[in-house]
Amino acid sequence: MPKQQANWSPYDNNGGTCVAIAGADYCVIAADTRMSTGYSILTRDYSKIIQLADKSVMASSGFQADVRALQKVLAARHLLYQHQHNKQMSCPAMAQLLSNTLYFKRFFPYYSFNVLGGLDSEGKGCVFTYDAVGSYERVGYSAQGSGATLITPFLDNQLKSPSPLLLPAKDAVTPLSEIEAIDLVKTCFASATERDIYTGDKVEMLVLNASGIRREFMELRKD
Amino acid sequence: MMNLADSAPATNNMLGSEADSQRTLYPYVTGTSVIGIKYKDGLLFAADMGGSYGSTLRYKSVERLKSVGKHSVIGASGEISDFQEIMRYLDELILFDNMWDDGNSLGPKEVHNYLTRVMYNRRNKFNPLWNSLVLGGIKNGKKYLGTVSMIGVHYEDDHVATGFGNHLARPILRDEWHENLTYEEGVKLLEKCMRVLLYRDRSAVNKLQIAKITEEGFTVSEPYSLKTSWDFNAFKNPTLDAEGSW
Repeated sequence: MPKQQANWSPYDNNGGTCVAIAGADYCVIAADTRMSTGYSILTRDYSKIIQLADKSVMASSGFQADVRALQKVLAARHLLYQHQHNKQMSCPAMAQLLSNTLYFKRFFPYYSFNVLGGLDSEGKGCVFTYDAVGSYERVGYSAQGSGATLITPFLDNQLKSPSPLLLPAKDAVTPLSEIEAIDLVKTCFASATERDIYTGDKVEMLVLNASGIRREFMELRKD
Repeated sequence: MMNLADSAPATNNMLGSEADSQRTLYPYVTGTSVIGIKYKDGLLFAADMGGSYGSTLRYKSVERLKSVGKHSVIGASGEISDFQEIMRYLDELILFDNMWDDGNSLGPKEVHNYLTRVMYNRRNKFNPLWNSLVLGGIKNGKKYLGTVSMIGVHYEDDHVATGFGNHLARPILRDEWHENLTYEEGVKLLEKCMRVLLYRDRSAVNKLQIAKITEEGFTVSEPYSLKTSWDFNAFKNPTLDAEGSW
């Protein structure tokens, strides 16, 4: 009788969607609070967002245990950075750290789809988008996770993003006001919830601007 | 001269065949669902006492609910021997905590975090502890209830369950759980869930324990059985509408 092979996977997909939009002097980062496995909902109230530094907020969806481990590694590294340099990490610096941390496990990846949002050293909104192994770029807005395919085309249309092929490179940061951007994010989630079974329950939104950080929640369909 | 073609196994062998004897591949003796809920004065847990060996109900007096330190309760489903190993880890953790003798003790949140890290790290080494754990307790008036799976997926909520409990018990709890359940209401709710599991989960046995933890401490009930009803017309004459069947 042939030897029975391992029949468990070290990965699971706990679902969820993350979105971030960069503005002239603010950044909105949002994620739903549903955690699923297979066709079951595990909990309706799980935050996928973590504030890593004063001006850096990360939202991640995918395999929850890896997401949590990644958050812990980054938080620990930031603490060390503060001890060594007596200052907070800038958002672009955190962006590079996240990329390096992900690539470090290139051959047993963190199954985590991340969006990093915050304010750069000039106070302008910045969003960095990643794949699971650390390839990243700075963009004006991004969506990751199970509802990303539903949200991204909508944002492309509404934010009228310039082609990345243009020279000189045109900034993709939106001229929309903070209120308009938040409203757009709410619309994104309400729409994604309709068609994506893994998105729903609640959306948690964090807004970073010069005056600090603010959190907002909105109820979503629970089915 | 070693014939490499013969020694290479035919199936996917990314993880090494000789090394397979050193890690968990599949469970042997398993426990089924555990349910936990918060109630007015603390937390309540329910689990049956079955230890299945595949499809055989081999052991019928397995205690799957145990206290951890002064403030927490752990319930385990999955491989029983791995649960016993986890209890050894936890006993050592609590011992070291007590040895500090500093008036501080590990609460449920800390124990849950510890377990999460243990489970995740074992998963990283491709040698999991084949359990789904429920961890809850109360410390300084604050109630905590969480769960962690064999690959490290974890969360806290007002009610949690493992295995079949997630499919059969959680919907009932989502409908009927509320913050101010009395002890009697909580037990009734748990029994309702356990009864559904008894009817529908083939690895369930009709011998269960209810554990309670409050600021006063931990208690676990004596094993008892639930009343069941199989008195349905369709069961009495199952072939009524099926001509030709037996």
